[in-house]
Amino acid sequence: MSPNPFDGQPRATTLRSLRQRLCQLFLAVAPVTAAAQAVPAIAYEKYTLPNGLEVILSEDHSVPLVAVNTWYKVGSGDEVAGRTGFAHLFEHIMFMGSENVPVGKFDQWLEAAGGNNNGSTNADRTNYYEWMPANALALALWLDADRMGRLLPTMDLPKLDLQRDVVKNERRQSYDNVPYGRAYETILGALYPASHPYAHPTIGSMTDLTSASLEDVKNFFRTYYAPNNATIAIVGDFKPDSVKKLVQQYFGGIPRGPAIPPRPQVTLQPVPKDTFLVLEDKVQLPRLYYAWRSVKAFHEDDAALDVAAYVIAGDKNSRLYKRLVYDMQVAQDVSAFNSSQRLDGGFQIVVTPKPGHTPTEMAKLVNEELQRLTNDGITERELARAQNSTRAQFLDRIASDLGKADQLNFYNYFTGTPDYAKQDAARYDKVTAADVKRVAVAYLGKPHVTLTVVSEGKRDLMVTGVVQ
Amino acid sequence: MTSRRTGTVSPAIASAVALLLATACSHSAARGSTTAAAPTPAPAATAAAVDLTKPPVLGAPKTLTLPEVVSRELPNGLRLMIVEQHELPLADFVLVVKSGGETDESGKLGTATLATSLLKEGTTTRSSLQIADQEAFLGVDIFANSGWDATTIRLHTPTAQLDSALALFADVALHPAFPPAELERLRKNRLTSLLQVKDRAPEIANRAYAAIVFGTAAYAHPLTGDEASTNAIQQADVRRFYDTYVRPNNATLLVVGDVRPDDVERRARALFGGWQRGTVPPSNYGQPAPAKGTTIYLVDKPGAAQSSFRIGGVGVARSTADYFPLTVMNTVLGGSFTSRLNQNLRETKGYTYGASSGFAMRRTPGPFTASAEVVAAKTDSALIEFMKEVRAIRDTVPRPELEKTKQYLQLQLPGRFETTGDIATQLAQLVPYDVPLSFYNGYTQGIAAVTPADVQRVARQYIDPEKLAIVIVGDRKSIEPTLKATKVGDVVVVDITGRPAM
Repeated sequence: MSPNPFDGQPRATTLRSLRQRLCQLFLAVAPVTAAAQAVPAIAYEKYTLPNGLEVILSEDHSVPLVAVNTWYKVGSGDEVAGRTGFAHLFEHIMFMGSENVPVGKFDQWLEAAGGNNNGSTNADRTNYYEWMPANALALALWLDADRMGRLLPTMDLPKLDLQRDVVKNERRQSYDNVPYGRAYETILGALYPASHPYAHPTIGSMTDLTSASLEDVKNFFRTYYAPNNATIAIVGDFKPDSVKKLVQQYFGGIPRGPAIPPRPQVTLQPVPKDTFLVLEDKVQLPRLYYAWRSVKAFHEDDAALDVAAYVIAGDKNSRLYKRLVYDMQVAQDVSAFNSSQRLDGGFQIVVTPKPGHTPTEMAKLVNEELQRLTNDGITERELARAQNSTRAQFLDRIASDLGKADQLNFYNYFTGTPDYAKQDAARYDKVTAADVKRVAVAYLGKPHVTLTVVSEGKRDLMVTGVVQ
Repeated sequence: MTSRRTGTVSPAIASAVALLLATACSHSAARGSTTAAAPTPAPAATAAAVDLTKPPVLGAPKTLTLPEVVSRELPNGLRLMIVEQHELPLADFVLVVKSGGETDESGKLGTATLATSLLKEGTTTRSSLQIADQEAFLGVDIFANSGWDATTIRLHTPTAQLDSALALFADVALHPAFPPAELERLRKNRLTSLLQVKDRAPEIANRAYAAIVFGTAAYAHPLTGDEASTNAIQQADVRRFYDTYVRPNNATLLVVGDVRPDDVERRARALFGGWQRGTVPPSNYGQPAPAKGTTIYLVDKPGAAQSSFRIGGVGVARSTADYFPLTVMNTVLGGSFTSRLNQNLRETKGYTYGASSGFAMRRTPGPFTASAEVVAAKTDSALIEFMKEVRAIRDTVPRPELEKTKQYLQLQLPGRFETTGDIATQLAQLVPYDVPLSFYNGYTQGIAAVTPADVQRVARQYIDPEKLAIVIVGDRKSIEPTLKATKVGDVVVVDITGRPAM
């Protein structure tokens, strides 16, 4: 639930709706009085076609709009060595047309119907979505079915090469040409063993993107892009009977694929020993990163770790923000987040010192605050701020059809229950101050990765040991 | 009720949708799928007959009955615009003040944004940390921000705790203390941010581009000022901005969500009724210098993996009579995923992750800008393609492309009114420019009326390929020779302020 920089490579940021950004900005809802803001139930119907395609329908007639959101249960965590970034590259290729959809028409036809679309990839899943006037639902379903069932007949190397270039530019725009942009992949490589599905970032390496072949595209499609590996959520203004017929007509004839290869097993464990890294970058100020292994999504300690992240750096009164940024004014910014994914998770603290201050000074202060947290725990007020702010997100996520569709898929993927929001919210309500202290000791007390990003030629600023 | 406009109900949004229906009907026919596909989305029971090789023919878009906008006005001149939306127990309160960064005085650039940032840093009864504590405890968010022509203070809240949330919101908006210690803290923070701007090529490009296009006019300077101006701003300056411009007769309170107009008015009177009117002077926007011949302004960013492009010049004001033709023309050029710039530079050439263009329509003409982040090795090739497109848009746009674009603009209008936040955002865009609420009423019709000749006329009138400012931030050593070889224009090496660099 914390802000998550892992969360996927969108196909095109230009198409992300303002609404999505607003949802991130405007958090709301607080259980100030227990009954004040119950998480509303979302009525839905879920069924499975004989070919294995899961379908989730949720009517919402408040506006004549509809959203289609399809999750394929494949992500960068499924990539093989030498092909990092492939799941996301493949996502781009899914928009390049299919047997009955010439190149370019996917977007043109949707736009002509007033629709927009996008897709995103993360370590665990790839999603594709369209949002549009309700009358255009059939078009979106037909387009999605054609690429699910008939992507390969018109697949060729020029399509792959073109999107390979686009994705390389995405990497440049989002990582290589961005200050501190390579910090994250540096940390992942140290946080997880090389064989771990999360040891590389979803965007992948330039070398591996160059290596991807047409044969890889075909194999990946045949392995993962089958109806039995997908869930389609349709939310908005429609008649269920009509939509069920459409889904049957368009998707019913797509053959079931082979069994999906199982993912490697991973063991939740801390990094074996404290690790210190340095990365030179074109930056004015150094930056300090701490990273720990944490837990997988919906693990029993997941919610308490999210609360801990909030207490550490979630608002102006949080431990690190108040002391380093507000009171002492030695740091320009701080952040902390727990990111729990399907198999495993990570917890990060990031601090940028102000000019004239060093990463080592920051490390000392962070360590003091972590010590205080693990020794003394947190106050009830800190807990309430974290819980209320977290709770705030639950209403806004379902304000739009698209948000609702993605949430139904999210919970379906992780829990098997599309409308799991109430239970999810309850996890946060149940967290106690004692839980937060316990997880702080259990996870943040363990060895971790320390990365110092420094300006070129300033490696002497690196934090090289545990600072007392 | 004593206010002049009590109870006037604007039909603006409600009837926007009826018009939408009328024009949208032509859409399915225009899509070209005239083959005998089964009519959907109401397929016949004989599913086997469906032709899966053709896209379905769509029915007409449904009518969207958007809620009414209720307009009221308090005796002190504060306008209220209220939209009921009862789907979720949420509400957005947006106080839009019709003055922003354009009021900054030279030497004190960045005053408006600094003053606005300080609203949450202490009131006469609450400290900065107390405000933040209440926000988090209530689970609400309050944003305060100054842009061009407007300052916005926004509350998003569940309605269950409207009393506490509104009290906090009104306190932040009406009783700022501008504590000196907080000013010094934000000053230090801003100086560090300005230092960090040097890390980000897109931000360098934005700053250099505005400076070059607007020269000494208001929109030339960065909203957050520069180092010298940040050091110069005093508490009296931020207070003067607030006292002068943040006045009820220069503001509108938008309220969207699970509320009732009478209740909103009652609360607004209690919280904002005592707010004093003021005399709000007009702003001096200055005049940008006439555009020069097309010139490439190169800002060196050694080793940059990509080059940041900003191409264009002075565009139009929000009050332009050419709003609809310009909207259509720009959407064809760079306003959607299938627009020419994105199709060419991204989907055909693969030079970039995305290319786009837009007119920033402000109180006086804002910039027209075409932009992209381009792989360094294709900087010259990308410039050539940009130039091809700004020239080609002067030719007649083929009818199918024009129709697709118009349908896109018309049919996606309802999607801009889905959530409380969406509705508030749409209305907030009208307020600073006194655009009547009937604007959305006429939107679909306005787009429908645009002809190929209109598009060609505005393209020729507002985008002159011979008078473009082309700002490129990238690795000078590798890109300067190839840029010169394009012969698109003289290459002038400048710094982040647009002034010639050494």
